[in-house]
Amino acid sequence: MDFKFSEEQQKFRQEVRDFLEEELKQGLWQPSCDAWIMGFDPKFTKRVAQKGWIGLTWPKEHGGQGRSYVDRLILTEEMLRYGAPAGCHWFADRQVGGAILLYGTDEQKEELLPMILRGEARVGLGMSEPEAGSDLASLKTRAVEDGDYYIIDGQKVWTSGADHMNWIYLVARTDPDAPKHRGISEFLFEAGLPGVTVNPIVDITGRIHFNEIFLDGVRVPKKCLIGEKNRGFYQILHQLDYERSGMERLMGNYPLFEALIQYAKETKRDGKPLSEDPLVRSKLAQLKIELEVGRLHMYRIALVMDEGRAPNWESAMAKVYGTDFEQRLANTAMEIAGLYGQLSPESRWAPMLGMARESYLSSKGYSLQAGTSEILKNILALRKLGLPTQ
Amino acid sequence: MVMDLAFSEEQEMLKTMARDFLTDKLPKEVVKEIEESEPGYLPELWREMAELGWVGLVLPEQYGGGGMGFLDLAVLLEEIGRACLPGPYFSTVVLGGLPILDAGSEEQKQTYLPEIASGETIFTLALTEPNARYDAAAIEVKATAEGDTYILSGTKLFVPDAHIADYMLVVARTDEKSEDEDGITVFIVNAKSPGISCTVLKTIANDKLCEVVFNQVSVPGGNILGQLNQGWSEVQKTVQRAAAAKCCEIVGCIQQALDMTIDYAKERKQFDRPIGSFQIIQHYCADMATDVDGARLSTYQAAWMISEGLPCAQEVAVAKAWISEASQRIMALAHQIHGAIGYSIDHDLQYYTRRAKAAEVTFGDASFYREVVAQGMGL
Repeated sequence: MDFKFSEEQQKFRQEVRDFLEEELKQGLWQPSCDAWIMGFDPKFTKRVAQKGWIGLTWPKEHGGQGRSYVDRLILTEEMLRYGAPAGCHWFADRQVGGAILLYGTDEQKEELLPMILRGEARVGLGMSEPEAGSDLASLKTRAVEDGDYYIIDGQKVWTSGADHMNWIYLVARTDPDAPKHRGISEFLFEAGLPGVTVNPIVDITGRIHFNEIFLDGVRVPKKCLIGEKNRGFYQILHQLDYERSGMERLMGNYPLFEALIQYAKETKRDGKPLSEDPLVRSKLAQLKIELEVGRLHMYRIALVMDEGRAPNWESAMAKVYGTDFEQRLANTAMEIAGLYGQLSPESRWAPMLGMARESYLSSKGYSLQAGTSEILKNILALRKLGLPTQ
Repeated sequence: MVMDLAFSEEQEMLKTMARDFLTDKLPKEVVKEIEESEPGYLPELWREMAELGWVGLVLPEQYGGGGMGFLDLAVLLEEIGRACLPGPYFSTVVLGGLPILDAGSEEQKQTYLPEIASGETIFTLALTEPNARYDAAAIEVKATAEGDTYILSGTKLFVPDAHIADYMLVVARTDEKSEDEDGITVFIVNAKSPGISCTVLKTIANDKLCEVVFNQVSVPGGNILGQLNQGWSEVQKTVQRAAAAKCCEIVGCIQQALDMTIDYAKERKQFDRPIGSFQIIQHYCADMATDVDGARLSTYQAAWMISEGLPCAQEVAVAKAWISEASQRIMALAHQIHGAIGYSIDHDLQYYTRRAKAAEVTFGDASFYREVVAQGMGL
């Protein structure tokens, strides 16, 4: 047992921090909550790519750095700590590249991986449909073979990437006669193909990250099929383990945590800083305790991945825990800010840059994305604890 | 080295050996018998544990110990918690042996540690008082110098195993002018000294906490552990270590409660199906497992840091604050899932419920450690 980071890892963390500090100093962006998913800054992504920090865990022969998942977690932890705008590459780096490495053909690896490594693949995930949320396998979007193409028809919703998205990672039904889990395939294709209509969804915060997508006779070249035809659902389950596995499920609104601590130290009530109020102190300390326990969950997942296992129940457990924490953080910030909490960022009166309100609203989605907390608890109960289904 | 959360091969062996031994020796009827007995431990079991090398596990070989580390002790404490072992193991090893190893003179170490390792002497720590606090200002028991000796007077409360102890480490105020950390001294006191009277308290865990009254008890000046008036830092270290050690026991306790609950949910049928097939029960179990793993991860992080000699006030605080509350959530759900059968005194669950509740407040509860964390955050 050993809980220590190696010297190399400590140096790496410092290198990432120095890079981000320098970016901040130059005023290239402002730290914000949800920046891994909402912060679109192609230039920032380009600079990250130049550092070799996309595809960090990929093998060197595919242009990666061959580093460990713990190293990658150090990198993402720092990105989240600083609220850096990593939305343009996060999805491709986190799971699409990995899926191509695992299931892709040599041709796909040659064509697609370098693009991801350069930070040019801004991938939206096309999984959910209006009638297929938690029950993803009931999806209705169809892909029918036609010569060298698949013709795709259907509708996706909650597809990430806003209007920055230039590639779509999509799951569609390729065998309507097979049992529902066994007739699904995965595709990766350019978002600009004829027949693709992307409509942005304004979310509860008033921001745009998600889209609904209509696919109307979209001709997708066969080389866009990822992995085995009709095995897509099983591939996706594996990919979801990775999608759920990261520090973004614990530190997605971390900038709010730092702002809240600062706010409590600087704000006076009855002539005394809020941080001296025993209730406020206790709430903030409790958040810190929960954050630290959450970090250990997350590093455990990275260690599982470094062993070469997919983090199945571990990431289910950690994602429920982490998003619960993020929601409590947002709720606590709202409570402590009182009347001020409701103010939006534009208001000159808004404390904490209005992050409390934004995060409170966006946190409603945290426990839904990439598997609802309820689905994840099912996974944990059935696969880890061995409870019966009937 | 890279980060690694697995036990070493040696630790796995220790765990298996402890599990087998305690399963064999400690069916719950025996736990019940011991709890209800006046001494609260089985001398023959204690001897066997000493022979297995458990009592001296973390003491250096030169003092008759096994030369293992705190992390190894953590593994054993988890099994002890799982088995609900009653008795003076915690008091003797964590509250007696380790502080002496830490702060004792060479002569003190040579005098006491081999006797501890061999199981001959039982130690405990007399720290808390009727004000029931763990801070320095709470120490009111006085030790007044009279020539070469000190005269102890006052009352200690919640002292574990004092009724069977051969020695107590007594935390006393030696400088009346000070009210906080300065002026506190730790004494090694023969528990059978004239003037000491001891009453066992009836507690929720039946764990033999005592009221110990010191009435003009004479202690030789040579029995000071560490420095005169400078004892508080060692007390703090001891409390920190004890809090981490208590977490280890509770990890075993809540893991067992979870395992029992899952087994029960698989077996118990209502509406013609195992109750564990209902999602609400599945989600309760998932919540319990998540709490157990958080407890386990934070506890072993703290234990590892103590083992490595790293400063870890914050990590211990995180672990104890977390586990004090998580254990209560876990036990509440364990009872809810067990239903009425778990409410019976004849069911095993109650052993864990009572121990987890006692441990929640021992060596600092969640509020106590939240304050430690708050200070660490600069609030």
